Amino acid sequence: MTEFFFFLFAAMAILSAIFMVTQANPVASVVYLVVTFFALSGLFVILDAHFIAAVQVIVYAGAIMVLFLFVIMLLNLGSGVPTDIRRGLARMLAGSVALALIVVLTRLVLGDPGSEALAPSALASVLEAKGAVRALAEPLFNRYLVAFEVTSVLLLVAVIGAVVLARRRAP
Amino acid sequence: MTGAPLGDLALVVSAALFAIGVAGVLLRRNVIIVFMCVELMLNAVNLSFVAFSRTHGIDGQIVVLFVISVAAAEATVGLALILAIFRHYESVDLDLFRRLRW
Repeated sequence: MTEFFFFLFAAMAILSAIFMVTQANPVASVVYLVVTFFALSGLFVILDAHFIAAVQVIVYAGAIMVLFLFVIMLLNLGSGVPTDIRRGLARMLAGSVALALIVVLTRLVLGDPGSEALAPSALASVLEAKGAVRALAEPLFNRYLVAFEVTSVLLLVAVIGAVVLARRRAP
Repeated sequence: MTGAPLGDLALVVSAALFAIGVAGVLLRRNVIIVFMCVELMLNAVNLSFVAFSRTHGIDGQIVVLFVISVAAAEATVGLALILAIFRHYESVDLDLFRRLRW
């Protein structure tokens, strides 16, 4: 059963990612990317990352993609735009680079004999004992506290930077 | 439950998604789509972090949390930049943005 849903979500993610790249209409691309993010959050649930799956849906599929959609509609790029997909040499280059990457990375992953020897799902017992949120929160607010605070400052800087950049200059 | 095989398969899925993202960056001229492909690559890497965290402890998932928050910051600033560039060029075609090129 778990395998079935894994393959379902994996196929969903890869297919809609391919559609996202090959679709001429930007709005359709955004919708396909949202589908990819939902499928990825399903994969996260299967891989014992329940909190990450929730954050993925809320932050990525919810907030970031709405921001993309908003900008596309603000710039009026919805329909009737000419296709922006490159032709000829660039298309072959993109295809061959992607194929080479898949081959190299897959061989790197599957050719490594050490990955089989690891303890299968050492994480499951921790999640069982503490629950998904607590298992993540305890190290986040102890060992990674400085990084957490720096991230909050980064978000503040990003908000200020976005306001300054997107503001209409006075003539 | 079969632990390692699903994790390995997730790494293959992650490699495929990353490659699709790279292909999209090379293939498209619309700067917003290129930006979305970068987000796809970030997500592919998140998937491999999650897959590794099954066997290597919870730290991988914490890194994913940081990647998501940095990606949110990057998306806001990037889209604001795209807005500013669009006001100047009246276009989102990457090939037109050549002021900083030789």
